[in-house]
Amino acid sequence: MSEAAAVKDTPIEHAHQGFLKTYIFSTDHKMIAKQFLLLGLVMLMLGGGLVMLLRWQLAYPDKPLPLIGISETYMETGETETAMDRYWDEQFSKPEKEQSWIATRMPAGVISPNFYNTLFTMHATIMIFFVVMPILVGCFGNFLIPLMIGTRDMAFPVLNMLSFWVAVVSGVIILIGFFVPGGHAATGWTAYPPLSADPTWTGVDWGQNLWCFSLIFLGISSMMGSINYITTIINMRAPGMTFMRLPLTIWSLFIVAILLLLALPVLTSALAMLLFDRMAGTSFFNASGGGDPLLWQHLFWFFGHPEVYVLILPAMGIGSEILSVFSRKPIFGYHAMVYAMVSIAGLGWIVWGHHMFQSGMNPALGTTFMISTMVIAVPSAIKTFNWLGTLWGGNIQFTVPMLNALAFVSMFVIGGLSGIYMASTPVDIFIHDTYYIVAHIHYVVFGGSLFGIFAAITFWFPKMFGRMLGSKLGKIHFWITFAAFNCTFFPMHILGVGGHMRRIANPLQYEFLQQFEGLNIFITMSAFTLGMAQLIFIFNVFYSMFKGKKAEDNPWKANTVEWTAATPPPHGNFAEIPTIYHGPYEYNAPGIDEDYLPQTSQATIATDGNGKQ
Amino acid sequence: MNKGFQLFPEQASTLAAQVDYLYFFLIAVSLFFSVLIFFLIYVFAVRYRRKSEQEVPEQIPGLLKLEILWSVIPFLLCMVVFVWGATLYFDTYSPPKDALEYYVVGKQWMWHIQHPTGQREINELHVPTGQPIKLTMATEDVIHSFYIPAFRVKRDVVPGRYTSMWFEATKPGEYHLFCAEYCGTKHSQMRGRVVVMEPADYQNWLSGGVANEPLEVIGEKKFRQLACHTCHVDKPDARGPSLVGVFGEPVRLQNGQTVTVDETYIRESILNPNAKIAAGYRPVMPTFKGQIDEVGLLQITAYIKSLTKE
Ligand code: HEC
Ligand code: HEM
Ligand SMILES: [Cu+2]
Ligand SMILES: [Cu+2]
Repeated sequence: MSEAAAVKDTPIEHAHQGFLKTYIFSTDHKMIAKQFLLLGLVMLMLGGGLVMLLRWQLAYPDKPLPLIGISETYMETGETETAMDRYWDEQFSKPEKEQSWIATRMPAGVISPNFYNTLFTMHATIMIFFVVMPILVGCFGNFLIPLMIGTRDMAFPVLNMLSFWVAVVSGVIILIGFFVPGGHAATGWTAYPPLSADPTWTGVDWGQNLWCFSLIFLGISSMMGSINYITTIINMRAPGMTFMRLPLTIWSLFIVAILLLLALPVLTSALAMLLFDRMAGTSFFNASGGGDPLLWQHLFWFFGHPEVYVLILPAMGIGSEILSVFSRKPIFGYHAMVYAMVSIAGLGWIVWGHHMFQSGMNPALGTTFMISTMVIAVPSAIKTFNWLGTLWGGNIQFTVPMLNALAFVSMFVIGGLSGIYMASTPVDIFIHDTYYIVAHIHYVVFGGSLFGIFAAITFWFPKMFGRMLGSKLGKIHFWITFAAFNCTFFPMHILGVGGHMRRIANPLQYEFLQQFEGLNIFITMSAFTLGMAQLIFIFNVFYSMFKGKKAEDNPWKANTVEWTAATPPPHGNFAEIPTIYHGPYEYNAPGIDEDYLPQTSQATIATDGNGKQ
Repeated sequence: MNKGFQLFPEQASTLAAQVDYLYFFLIAVSLFFSVLIFFLIYVFAVRYRRKSEQEVPEQIPGLLKLEILWSVIPFLLCMVVFVWGATLYFDTYSPPKDALEYYVVGKQWMWHIQHPTGQREINELHVPTGQPIKLTMATEDVIHSFYIPAFRVKRDVVPGRYTSMWFEATKPGEYHLFCAEYCGTKHSQMRGRVVVMEPADYQNWLSGGVANEPLEVIGEKKFRQLACHTCHVDKPDARGPSLVGVFGEPVRLQNGQTVTVDETYIRESILNPNAKIAAGYRPVMPTFKGQIDEVGLLQITAYIKSLTKE
């Protein structure tokens, strides 16, 4: 704790640190946050790119891709027409071993079944572990915790830097996997053994090993981050910043750090066991050697369900923050919000079996998982209604962050409601492993977490980069994304109930799915639109970073402590450690002239505004 | 099979309609809540849009009554769904006593099916209407999942154990049969069909098919081939316990525990005989791992089940 104490007391003077120390191996939490953001955005483009290929295959199974595929003339007559035709001609004249990367995965521009399997596996892995986690937890955890609780840096700045660089190592390992012989992991992000435990079942050898190694490293990285977050929040809050004055964002990040700390070791050990099975001939998960494949499912989901809350809780905190700021009203039921998050996180530990209802588990056990899952809907409902209560009677400003936060709330409602269908076991037995699940995942992880991310980036951009994010482009991006998102994912509910399974490379092979061809094409078109719209966002971020309008210290007139720091905050954040006098959401408090009341203001509220503080 | 655009697969089993009722109820509940919530968001967005900077919004303190209201109502609704769902859930796990037992073995990338009367099929399952059917399922390699959308049933097959499911078909016709659990490169090609027939047609089909021996007869042959009978004979001085009439009965183990002889126990006794030793016998039974596949195991199991005391 000595390091922690040191950071707390001495203002940091680091005016001149070389390039390397400032931008690469920085120990400043704000720089590390930006690094995580960059990592996440780059990976977002990769993960998104993969899924574009995947959607092409689902809409036009076994047709050559546009641009890189062979032409129709070539297919019909064998005459080379385009440059790509000549390229493929040349590739096919070579023995398979010497063919290019692309030719072994997408011969003639047609996605092979094996590569298709890699695509959905890596899309999910990248989006969950390398986009949502680095941005919500890595970037905003780092950026906001010290600033919002009013301290100079994380408790362990060096550990913090290491956490980022270990994540980079993990990212590099996962990228290398795309280039090893045998191809990248192709067992789904859930990697169920024995499929994943023995290379003979998929033909993938090192790809899957690297996948395991990468996630083990990522686990270590997150673990370092969590320890840091927990320590910082417990020990380094500014004077007056009691737990019940913490912004909900910090509450959510605090809970997430605890979840990660407890859940990740389970994943890490399961991955290690899987590696042993693959490389050292053990049989943890191989039935033929006395192991049990279901053991993996239990371990994976014991980690996996808390993990999905890791993905959504920060978005919930951020959403609450932004709704309150732009409704110019205190958050409705602050305490209820905190308790709801705590109970979601607590209940999250006893529901993992709802992913395994059809594995033949004893129905007596199944019903326990069923009831615990149902009960989780209650705190989720509490949160939703409290968000509505926050809007009720507000003075709502439709800024870009607010639009995204509203989208977060409404999309989360759909995702949460579809969760109930799956918690009702007899219905789940029907829709499990169909596109219904895919719709649910995306309503919560895209509709929830990613809209949360957009809200967060657009909201804190001025503080992070000292410039305003272009709001016109922001609105264009928002509306296209919102519309395209719903066009892409809502129809998937219909596919799922129609019996369309997930993880199938070619739906047209199934007679009864042929009726969905049109719908699949529609979904693909919407997905392409959705993908393109993200380029607007990326452009906006990088353009505004350098060319945006200079931002004031508190452009949104918000209460929380980060807005009292200079913009962008210098190393050490505050000239002087602030003292906290109020809760975070005193907007339009009685007896105060302004419509907001910074947590650091010494003014007193006439009557108890929130009814709660 | 092409019947125009269908939002749902047909309802072709006794279970299907029941699952769909629960599903419709959920749709009603979630429509109600989505409409309510979206309506409120919309109304608030319009009504409380900021018109001028000076405007002071109403102070609405957090109301305990409201908090309780919107916790208790969702909770009660969830409990209704829970009780309803759980009842149905138990039904899907309790096959009627008179269910006919079929055996299913999944392997990359096909389904192997055996009728109680000995017919074997690949990727096809013929069943009569009005007759509960229980499937006992195993896999040769990885996890698969036996899925018949029109019957609203799905169950994983898991290496190292038997899983089972049951259904009763109601409508003659052809239905799709899939593997729903991702199982490797050609997962999407692991598919087949279920043919549901009137009982009389089914009998015809049975007699018209290739004359197959009943399962337990094939099982008996395997039993002799593998020389099981050298130890397991119904004699007092035999080296192994008699297997006559043991199925479904408790058996005492050397360590004092008692287990019931079921499919999984028989399977384990053959593949890993020393895991559980029957009381009063020496652990001399060799393992037959590698000498017998899942299909063979099911045949021998059927044979042992057929051995009843006269
Ligand atoms: C060398 C003699 C021997 C042979 C051959 C043999 N068994 Fe056994 N088996 C035993 C003995 C002894 C036991 C009891 C001890 C134990 O549980 O391992 C036994 C137990 C069993 C049991 C458990 C019965 C109970 O009441 O607990 C089953 C089932 C079984 N054997 C099936 C088979 C089958 C099927 C084969 C042929 C594939 C076979 N055995 C071959 C000796 C043999
Ligand atoms: C009301 C809250 C929720 C309920 C009741 C719920 C319920 C469920 C159930 C029962 C399943 C398993 C379905 C199946 O595979 O058959 C599931 C899957 C899933 N849920 Fe949720 N869920 C809820 C919220 C969330 C949230 C907040 C997230 C993420 C941010 C999430 C992410 C996922 C994912 C990723 C899967 C699919 C896993 C896979 O098979 O790949 N869920 N959910
Ligand atoms: Cu879950
Ligand atoms: Cu499969």
